[in-house]
Amino acid sequence: MSVDVSTPASSDIVSVIRAGSDPAQELRPRSELTARELLRNSGAVLRMSEAEAAKLGDLPADPDEDQTMVINMGPQHPSTHGVLRLMLELKGEEVLRCKPIIGYLHTGMEKTGEQLTYLQGGTNVTRMDYVSPLNNELVFSMATEKLLGIDGDIPERATWMRMLLSELNRMSSHLLFLATNGMDIGAVGMMIYGWREREEVLRFFQKVTGLRMNHNFIRPGGVAADLPPGWRDDVLRLLDLIPPRLDEYDQLLTGQPIWRERLQGVGVITAQEAQALGATGPIMRSTGTPWDLRRDMPYLRYPEVDFDVIVGSYGDAFDRYAIRLNEVRESMRIVRQILERMPAGDVRIQNKKVTPPPRARIDESMEALIHHFKIFTEGFKVPEGEVYVAIESPRGEIGCYIASDGSATPYRMHVRAPSFVNIQCLPHMLRGGLVADAIAVISSVDPVLGEVDR
Amino acid sequence: MTDAPAPGAAEAPAPPPPPSRHGCPLTESCGQQVIHPSRAQYVTVVKALLDDGFETCSDLTAVDYLRMPGRVVAPGIAPERFEVVVNLLSMANRQRIRLRVQVPEAEASVASLFDLYPGTEAMEREVYDLFGITFDGHPDLTRILMPEDWDGHPLRKDYAVGTVPVQFSPNFRSGQ
Repeated sequence: MSVDVSTPASSDIVSVIRAGSDPAQELRPRSELTARELLRNSGAVLRMSEAEAAKLGDLPADPDEDQTMVINMGPQHPSTHGVLRLMLELKGEEVLRCKPIIGYLHTGMEKTGEQLTYLQGGTNVTRMDYVSPLNNELVFSMATEKLLGIDGDIPERATWMRMLLSELNRMSSHLLFLATNGMDIGAVGMMIYGWREREEVLRFFQKVTGLRMNHNFIRPGGVAADLPPGWRDDVLRLLDLIPPRLDEYDQLLTGQPIWRERLQGVGVITAQEAQALGATGPIMRSTGTPWDLRRDMPYLRYPEVDFDVIVGSYGDAFDRYAIRLNEVRESMRIVRQILERMPAGDVRIQNKKVTPPPRARIDESMEALIHHFKIFTEGFKVPEGEVYVAIESPRGEIGCYIASDGSATPYRMHVRAPSFVNIQCLPHMLRGGLVADAIAVISSVDPVLGEVDR
Repeated sequence: MTDAPAPGAAEAPAPPPPPSRHGCPLTESCGQQVIHPSRAQYVTVVKALLDDGFETCSDLTAVDYLRMPGRVVAPGIAPERFEVVVNLLSMANRQRIRLRVQVPEAEASVASLFDLYPGTEAMEREVYDLFGITFDGHPDLTRILMPEDWDGHPLRKDYAVGTVPVQFSPNFRSGQ
């Protein structure tokens, strides 16, 4: 069914929607470009000296456009992590310009979010960054709680459980990165190992939440359920299992000359450039900037646990690999502390307007039945206001901006997706490199197209 | 929360001037600082904030307030249909600040922040694509998520949500 757009005559609120006549999104020939756009495609990051900017614009003169070749990479390329499409202008094997073209996975999730109640919203946001769904749910829940004014009243056990799940999710996400990074560079054995270890973590998620992915487990007001019996043994098993495997990765990859040759000095970005482009997460930390929201703008109980922020020094693909590998170790360190400190108690806030009553109460109390029915049919109302909450996802700063009109659904729900911002670094990182290194660079940015396109 | 007026403050002769920053009203939303520049002030204020140390633009998005026409924004700010929302971050001071710029429907256009924060390039394209707000000075203002030949801007509130017929629902007609 086509989208129903009323005619202006039938409704006064309709703005005239002009017919689609937008310019092409593709990388266009140089002759059609303005100087600024050319600079953008060449990966120029502004805030550089005029001499540097002039040098960047100084591409090989090519009046007939026959010395260079524009090629298309993706969206069906296995190393594009889904449906990322890059258009590259090549001179021989050297990349001159690059433009990421996205939107192939756009499903209008922000529009969908406006139709769902705050309790249903988790099912929507969890599908954005499907590699770290629990972090998506966490940021959405934290934004909702802040609007409700209950962000200080979340029970301790729920908070620590959120931390546990968030850190385990960071591990599973980075293990997937290690797998795909290995596959992209040609260490195909690594792909199997990374998926294998990730599956162990997902198996724990399945036990806790019922699903391997797309959990909808962290909800406004707390988490959906308590940890199952025997969870501690399962986590301890993971903590025993993964460290020796990480040491194997070190043996297999970190010291391996081919691996280092492929990654070192590839896709270099400086701290100023990363900052100007808004890059966060491992890309920002690879430049030597110790910026981690868990430490610098703490949320949950991160100030009470001891962990290091891993930074690189060269801003290249190897640093980003090493950072993620070691962040798995840091996450395990945090998980160990969480195991020691996990308090007992409620896993949901005891606020009848937000938390549905337990099943047993419905049998004995009319009010409980009414509350249960109201929360699941209408949802709870959230006061008018707007809020932006950001946390550290495995890929960087994931933010949630919610504007509420006082009803039970968000008036506007926007997710600041780290991958969406991070892929803007690609033209910059790829410029001047070899086309074969493009694969290594895309892989080191670790985009998840589900959240790029939303 | 921290600035609760002392008892007897109501008898003070002159009320303190409303809080402002760089000449724009400053409000607080859920404990977060929000400033409300006009469209004319927008780039100047962002430049001033960049000089204040807000060296990163975390997020740029927009809201279509079509269904909330009479809403209260800030003292002295007339609400308009669209609002461009910019979240800036200062890593050095570990601070965030938010800008909310009112953009009228009749002239849905603001200046681009590309020269100050190159990272807003994709975000501004996204806002253009989904809301139809144009950004003056943007190097490559094309659709980013929707196809080039798409009609309309889907996140506008007057853009209808499509429906999929669901079997066994009262509205379902066979053969659809």
